[in-house]
Amino acid sequence: MSSEIAQPAADMQAPERGQPPAAASRPPWWQMALRWETGLVVVLIASLLFGSSESATFTSPITLFYAGINIGYIAIMALPMTLIVVTGEIDLSVASMLGMSGALLGYLWHHGWPIWPAILLALAAGVLGGALNGFLVTRLGLPSIAVTIGTLTLFRGVAEILLGSQTIPLASDRPFPAWLTKIGVVPVSGTELSYTTVIFIVLAIACGIVLHATPLGRAMFATGLQPEAARFAGIRVARIKFWLYVFSGIVCAFAGILLTAQNSSVSYNAGFGLELNVVAIVLLGGVSIFGGRGTIPGVVLSVAIVGSLQMALTQMNIDPNVQQIVIGGLLLISVVIPSLGRVARWLGPSGHKPQWALPKRHRQ
Amino acid sequence: MTARAALTAPRLASILRAREAGTAALVLVVFAAATLKDHNFADASSVQQLLTGASLIALLGVGETLVIVTRNVDLSVGSVLGLCAFVVGNLFRHQHIPVWSGFVIAVALGAAIGAVNGLITTVARVPSLVVTLAMLYIIRGVDAKLVSGSIVVPSQVPSAFAAVGYRTVLGIPWLAIIVAVVVAAVAYAMRSFRSGRELYAIGSNPEAATLAGIPSGRRVFMAFVASGALAGLGGALFLALFAQVDNSAGIGYELNVIAAVVVGGVAIFGGSGTVVGAALGALLLNTIQQALVAVRSSSFWSEAIAGALLLAAIAFDRWLALRVARGLRSAEGAHRDLPVASARGSSP
Repeated sequence: MSSEIAQPAADMQAPERGQPPAAASRPPWWQMALRWETGLVVVLIASLLFGSSESATFTSPITLFYAGINIGYIAIMALPMTLIVVTGEIDLSVASMLGMSGALLGYLWHHGWPIWPAILLALAAGVLGGALNGFLVTRLGLPSIAVTIGTLTLFRGVAEILLGSQTIPLASDRPFPAWLTKIGVVPVSGTELSYTTVIFIVLAIACGIVLHATPLGRAMFATGLQPEAARFAGIRVARIKFWLYVFSGIVCAFAGILLTAQNSSVSYNAGFGLELNVVAIVLLGGVSIFGGRGTIPGVVLSVAIVGSLQMALTQMNIDPNVQQIVIGGLLLISVVIPSLGRVARWLGPSGHKPQWALPKRHRQ
Repeated sequence: MTARAALTAPRLASILRAREAGTAALVLVVFAAATLKDHNFADASSVQQLLTGASLIALLGVGETLVIVTRNVDLSVGSVLGLCAFVVGNLFRHQHIPVWSGFVIAVALGAAIGAVNGLITTVARVPSLVVTLAMLYIIRGVDAKLVSGSIVVPSQVPSAFAAVGYRTVLGIPWLAIIVAVVVAAVAYAMRSFRSGRELYAIGSNPEAATLAGIPSGRRVFMAFVASGALAGLGGALFLALFAQVDNSAGIGYELNVIAAVVVGGVAIFGGSGTVVGAALGALLLNTIQQALVAVRSSSFWSEAIAGALLLAAIAFDRWLALRVARGLRSAEGAHRDLPVASARGSSP
């Protein structure tokens, strides 16, 4: 099912050379990256084989459509998260941002606003929220993990203020325009892909090009590897991080609009707790939590793996809550396996990194 | 060494005390304001509710502080709480185990999971955020598998066990007393035991701590075991408090706990903060929530305010840290006869 999703991955494998040279004793970065993504491809093929052997409906095109419906809006949020984690920061407010923009859209629509101004305002909320994160992290120099736990609570709180505990079924009192709600029902014409899948692919290609083939992308890697050095090399570290948070805000707000349209209803707790799913997908994709390492193709593969496993297990009637064992297990294995041989291999000279720590950039 | 201690210790101690006193004062201010608006807020039952509501997060916050101080993080606490609560409830339901053993089993199970977290983090040397995030999902999945729709209901929980959740001594809920005892014990250990101080050293500078001969791996491992054990105890108390467990118990607690800990003045990147502060942070967040319910008879605003408060607390701590650093520098300048390295040695 996911060959379409995995496709851009193959195209973007090459431009790894954009990364700054690492310690002399390490093999070139692209070897390691290639190895990681190769592993992911193997896991993806295994999960596709598993799915098609366990479920008769797995190979039908409708599976691909529903995989997009189920995971598309989460996958979209994983892309800006990847860029932010590559620069050595994190954004835990993504799911709350999704909830806030959806709530704002629902609130405005409910109060008689036309659709376009409501959508634009929801996106503007994303820009503002992202700018708040960026301001607190880059101007005040606060640790991003703490800041975004704060804004996670804040944004969700704003959604709660807007909607209270009610769920607004947008279908009943004032139906959403059909062109908007159809994204949850029909695939993009001429394909079997959901709208969220197509948007994800387009966004993934854009992010992949920026991260792997532009000076800006190199600057992001440099920032994640060694912020001080990057700053002295003339990279505008703070500015890059600030705009990445704004980017994350607007993309997550957009995901919130997609989810609202897809469900044709909205409640303040839409997407509750998804921030950790997004982080898990990004980390499974081989992005280092310390920053400076990771690829968009890896994250795309990770999305495809999680999506196909989710569909396979769901078609086998396995409780979605129980499915978390598989995702968690994969994440755990993925992080432990490279570490087992790391002393002998390339991670040997990483003694100058904190070995069990969060990124320590803003520690002061 | 002693000269330096005499020079900086009182200053640092007073600042730290001010940080916790500040949290405590904020609790009182919110409490007083809510009481002015709604006189029932100071009722015994209302205060009991306040303490009970804060105690679970405060308890998990103690374990989380131990871990965060070493510059790690434990995201699995909410899942551990949920799993332990269900396992103990299930044992009560089917095996009719004695009441006391419910606590023992919960703590042991939590400690075992904490040991897994700690082992993977320290032996495989992978970031604890990733390990405990994976464990969060694995444990949550195992929990859902175990529950499979057969939730524990109040009639299946022994009344003597459930009593722990609502009994009071001199008007103070047992739950709050248990948590207060844990907080006091861990606070003492963190302040006075060598191993407790070493946790701060590890968090301040992991490499320096290792070079100084501190068994970092073992200490971090123990911090995870303690965090797991306390989350397990939290599971038992959750069961006692609600007498009912399904697979949603403890969902989302992890970030609430970290929020409370950070509001209480524990630095997210380790090396400073106390469990008393963490517990007060939990109490403050809960007081604000209850106060908003009392005043506006709606809790819709509480989350937004909690978020704003969290951001304010982080910004304030940053400012405080900068001030302490400046204070240390000027103390250093005034006593140039002291070796610079040692005068810089112990940031709080």
